[in-house]
Amino acid sequence: MTQKMTTGSVVTIDGSLVQVEVTDTASIAKGEIAYILHGEERIQSEIIKIRGNIAFMQVFEETDGLSLGETVEFTGEQLTLELGPGLLGSVIDGLGNPLNLLFKEYGYQLLRGKTARTIDGEKPWAFKATAKSGDTVTAGSPVGTVREGIIDHTIMIPYSFNGEFTIKTIAADGSYTLNDDIATIVNVTTGKEETVRLSFLQPVKVPVKIGTQVMPKEPMVTKMRIIDTLFPVAKGSSFCIPGPFGAGKTVTQQSMAKFSSVDVVIVAACGERAGEVVETIKEFPELQDPKTGRSLMERTVIICNTSSMPVAARESSVYTAVAVGEHYRQMGLDVLLLADSTSRWAQALRELSGRLEEIPGEEAFPAYLDTRLAGFYGRAGALMLKSGKLGTLTIGGTVSPAGGSFDEPVTQGTLSVVPTFLGLSRARGDARRFPAIDPLDSYSKVNVTVHSKATIQKLLATLRRSSEIKEMIAVTGLDAVSMEDYIIYLQGEFTDRVYLQQNAFDEVDAACPVERQTEALDVVLHFLNKTDYSFENKKDANAFFRKLMGEFVTWNGQSPTSEEYKTTKAKLLAA
Amino acid sequence: MQDSASVQPVRTIQTRIDAVNGDIITVKANDGVAVGDMAKVGGAQAVVVKLDRGDAYLQMLDGARGVFTENEITFTGRSQRVACTDAVLGRVFNGMGQPIDNGPAVSENEQSIITPSINPASRKVPDNMVRTGIPMIDVFNSLVESQKIPIFTTSQEPYNELMVRIALNTDADVVILGGIGMRFEQYDFYKTSLEEGGVFSKCAFYMHQAQDSPLIALQVPDTCLTVSEYFARQGKKVLVILDDMTKFADAMKEVANAMDRIPANRSYPGDLYTQLAKRYEKAVAFNEGGSVTIMGVTTMPSNDVTHPVPDNTGYITEGQFYLDQSVIQLAGSLSRLKQQVNKKTRSDHAPIADYCAGLYADCAEVRELRSMGFKIEEFQEKLLNFGKKFEARIMDLSVAMPLENALDEIWKILAETFTREEVTLKSQLIDKYWPAV
Repeated sequence: MTQKMTTGSVVTIDGSLVQVEVTDTASIAKGEIAYILHGEERIQSEIIKIRGNIAFMQVFEETDGLSLGETVEFTGEQLTLELGPGLLGSVIDGLGNPLNLLFKEYGYQLLRGKTARTIDGEKPWAFKATAKSGDTVTAGSPVGTVREGIIDHTIMIPYSFNGEFTIKTIAADGSYTLNDDIATIVNVTTGKEETVRLSFLQPVKVPVKIGTQVMPKEPMVTKMRIIDTLFPVAKGSSFCIPGPFGAGKTVTQQSMAKFSSVDVVIVAACGERAGEVVETIKEFPELQDPKTGRSLMERTVIICNTSSMPVAARESSVYTAVAVGEHYRQMGLDVLLLADSTSRWAQALRELSGRLEEIPGEEAFPAYLDTRLAGFYGRAGALMLKSGKLGTLTIGGTVSPAGGSFDEPVTQGTLSVVPTFLGLSRARGDARRFPAIDPLDSYSKVNVTVHSKATIQKLLATLRRSSEIKEMIAVTGLDAVSMEDYIIYLQGEFTDRVYLQQNAFDEVDAACPVERQTEALDVVLHFLNKTDYSFENKKDANAFFRKLMGEFVTWNGQSPTSEEYKTTKAKLLAA
Repeated sequence: MQDSASVQPVRTIQTRIDAVNGDIITVKANDGVAVGDMAKVGGAQAVVVKLDRGDAYLQMLDGARGVFTENEITFTGRSQRVACTDAVLGRVFNGMGQPIDNGPAVSENEQSIITPSINPASRKVPDNMVRTGIPMIDVFNSLVESQKIPIFTTSQEPYNELMVRIALNTDADVVILGGIGMRFEQYDFYKTSLEEGGVFSKCAFYMHQAQDSPLIALQVPDTCLTVSEYFARQGKKVLVILDDMTKFADAMKEVANAMDRIPANRSYPGDLYTQLAKRYEKAVAFNEGGSVTIMGVTTMPSNDVTHPVPDNTGYITEGQFYLDQSVIQLAGSLSRLKQQVNKKTRSDHAPIADYCAGLYADCAEVRELRSMGFKIEEFQEKLLNFGKKFEARIMDLSVAMPLENALDEIWKILAETFTREEVTLKSQLIDKYWPAV
């Protein structure tokens, strides 16, 4: 850079908020990245507010040991992430530093100011050009592909390039690293030349939707019966999973990360337990993706900013995750982003807002919380690309409501922007009814279903009526309900136990494919539609359904290719 | 260490204290002062918490009472440290790491108590069950090495006794006890019990008493966890007991209010979650061996689990034991790591634990019905029966038996109470474990 670098000097240190006096009258911008120079350490921070010549900066690291008067360098750049082949299978922190590399270089602690390049720059990739010199291109236009594990990674014109370009030169097919130039392009209007490489830097807080947004048309199959059947998620839409602790948010999300019918999964561990991320890191390479036969890790990117890592980086980590998701969507792939937990992200906003002495809104969350939530979930969507391919980004966030009550700002702000609500209930969790998604509270407003609407209506009606009768029994006693009602109550309990509940730790039951769901549903419906029950008394009815539940649960755990599978099914239908 | 770059020369200034607010004083000091540094104000200890345009904000660790506004302030140029050495074992210190057992001071290998967080890449998936001989833990919510798990309870419950029992039974190499807001009787109970149990020589005790300054309460977990990390890096298995983390949170509240922070829920500061998480996340199992397991006590005001302290804690920790009415309750207790170890015990372990929890929840419902005067049908009667036996033979806190015996005992209770057909467990399990009555 020939320009003189803008510098400043620290005047206030208050937790992760630092105020910097800009020493010259140079121009600075909100969102600009700056480094505090502390001895050998370069401490990354971002401008979040400007007043006069004072820049208010959130520091992405701890501020212990900093003094007033320390020099600050402004970069003129927004917070960016390197996008390119090699992201799949990686584990990076909220700012894009690969954790394995940091571990190798600097040991077991995350030392301040230590960074590493997001993607390996030395690794060779086999590039195949799909564009030729003379072609006209714009931001997001494909120029070639490289094979990245299980997918063809499209090499594109960087999203931040404005205007029309002509390709001047393009590299011949062959082996290249991220450091090699792939193409030279010329801006049609200005005549300025730019180079294109396999990767580029993209500001993470700038949404990328190059193409035409269309209505989500296909369900994202999760292999969780209650979700696929009753509350489906659409590819390119969004959903939330609020629930008190212990209700199974994490297990539900992990199941979705493993079994969902998508090409790429991004797990954003945002302010949550490190142990859970470690489980994913160690478990996914061992698990096989049924679709590709390769390890699950090959389709996964983990963004890991756990609860003990600095809070400002937590705020940024969800954007890092969504930037990765958008990148793969631009290749025409189906991407699922799971953010666990959006409440921790909202709390990061609250902490910084408090330090800025902004006027607090409800529960001291900033007034702009809803806008930020809408901005985040709004980056989901199904996108018709110029190539004619459809790319989707589905965003799911867990919410950890304070006190377990959904009547709090983060849950309410989320519900106003996502169409699918999978509410977990403490009562179901305590009774070990997993997944603890409450069938009577949850809803899905997406217009795609896996099973027929009539089936869904029948199940929901039975569950609702059964729960009413259960309450009635609790108030008036068993004798006061009719035999007919008692059977409906049992049918509801039966549906819940054998179909809605699913054992995430059982090898077979953990993932229930659509065909198997349909087969199981037929059996469930057989007992819901049956009208010729002839029980002597309620005790008989109870015994009948309990036995049925036991056999059905056994069936759920049997492999469909096994002999027992058929015999158990026959036994069930003969009951 | 992280703060090597910031080691500043010791500097003494004669100055006027501009403001005293709670235990926080404000002085004009600019050069050579860093956030987190220790200082001496006329001989009393303080720590720099905020720097603002020439003003330094100092927390007086023993309170600001009696600190004169004309005073001599020495900035030490270093953060609070604690000795990390085997010599701390068998010793009792206050929250600042100074001995209170009349023994000699320990000052070898002093490390800053502000430590960087642990790279998740250096962690391993924990897979070693910690047996306690308490069926409600071993069977239903197994404790796992490197787990962070609190006991949710109320002041009147026997949580000190439960902690001592676990400390005595554990095969940990080192036990670090952090007392926060502890009464003398509690401290004495821990010390005496561990001495009589013959394990005190592998313990170090850092104690903040209820009457000490809240600022010192804030240091206790960091002090304990820094020492623990030292031992874990030596390949040792460390158990940390932090009793009571609610008092840690209360101290945070008090200090934040004095700093004019905007309160979030019930006047706790907005970073309550982050601050608690920073401590609990020090629980770790390293790839190379060595681990830190953290058991905290979280006393819940009015037994209210939605209170901000248990609420935030529950989201951070890997489950919780709910100690209420002198037993570890099933509803409300959870070990998130049990799956890691339960598959390696007995094939019936996980299914029967889940199944019993369901039955016990059903039993509670029937009890409610009965208390409202409804007629109880035969199956419901069985559930009541099950509940009674289960409480007496498994739940009672005095029950002590190995995991396998406890599982057998549960099968016995099931067989005494229900017919085989009424038990909706996988048939292979029933075939294998159903006892001959």
